[in-house]
Amino acid sequence: MAATKKIITDPLSDNNPITIQVLGICSALAVTVQMETAFVMACALTAVLTSSNLIISLLRNYIPSRIRMIVEVSVIASLVVIVDQVLRAFLFELSRQLSIFVGLIITNCIVMGRAEAFAIQNPPGKSLLDGLGNSLGYSVILLLVASGREILGAGTWYGMRVLPEAYMGNGLAVLAPGAFLILGIIIWVQRTVTNNFKDD
Amino acid sequence: MHYISLAVETIFINNIVLAYFLGMCSFLACSKKVETSFGLGMAVICVLSLTVPFNWVIENYFLSEGALAWTGVPALASLDLSFLNLICFIAVIASTVQLVEMVLDKYFPRLYTSLGIFLPLITVNCAILGGSLFMVERTYTLAESAVYGFSSGFGFALAIVSLSAVRKKIRYSQIPAGLQGLGMTMILTGLMSMAFMCFAGIDL
Repeated sequence: MAATKKIITDPLSDNNPITIQVLGICSALAVTVQMETAFVMACALTAVLTSSNLIISLLRNYIPSRIRMIVEVSVIASLVVIVDQVLRAFLFELSRQLSIFVGLIITNCIVMGRAEAFAIQNPPGKSLLDGLGNSLGYSVILLLVASGREILGAGTWYGMRVLPEAYMGNGLAVLAPGAFLILGIIIWVQRTVTNNFKDD
Repeated sequence: MHYISLAVETIFINNIVLAYFLGMCSFLACSKKVETSFGLGMAVICVLSLTVPFNWVIENYFLSEGALAWTGVPALASLDLSFLNLICFIAVIASTVQLVEMVLDKYFPRLYTSLGIFLPLITVNCAILGGSLFMVERTYTLAESAVYGFSSGFGFALAIVSLSAVRKKIRYSQIPAGLQGLGMTMILTGLMSMAFMCFAGIDL
């Protein structure tokens, strides 16, 4: 039981996919201008990662190890196509704002990394939990970065105004450098608080 | 002239790493040494300049709506296969990388050994797939997409080589413990991307 719990809670902080494993940073930065896009992206990744972990784990005894990468990529790509089509059908405006970044989940290192590091050698139940845990860890960081950028950049949080009207909005937070700086600071705080110093 | 301004725009103003955050993983992981980052940059230039025009052909002659009209079969003429583009692009990229690997191994063995593990890893570099997807989204022509592919690769190489040079300089600096490694690299990248934003004022 403790081991099962650890699979879920570990990626939240001690082994966070973004700040500790350094995976999937591209999308974490690109979609975090607003909370809304970040939230949809987090849901999309959760759907892809949990189901790809489950499917690859179910198939793990049938995949010849020499071609496992290709099999993994095609499983992930098909799942991403489904998610992309669903978003286009039901949330067209948002899927236009996310533009190519939904498609880029295919090359998101978290999905590949978890398939390769966990799902290929563990039973389906555990792999499902591992996928869920890692997507939660990813989502937490994504939403934190997005909160920081939206509050500093526009003075709002999920569309609701939190800073006074007089706040002009800091253009830097909306642009690329703001994302890098905020993520850098989050990593700093997280590693200092958890005392997890890793030299990479 | 149009092509030159497209190239300048892609390399400096809309730099694929610093403005669009593509290829961050390898950008952060392989920028510890100047030599390796240079090798990776060269490999990315190679693969991007090949895959973007090639994927343009696939998109415009096979996948997009009405693209199969050249076959002359009426049933195919109105077919819209564009939902398949993600899978096709990733397959093209994987096979191009394999092909580049074999060609380099046969004809340029020295370059091949110096690139080493980076070549196969390029398949899962989001800058490559991102390049092709941007090409579709911005509806480039074939010539434009070739220029775009080369110059986004060049922009990636420029960014990663300069980041690795900066990281080499700060190797012995006193940095707070929690900020060492990834944290500091993130902030450095932020500063670099701020510097690149100055190019946005250029009128092309």
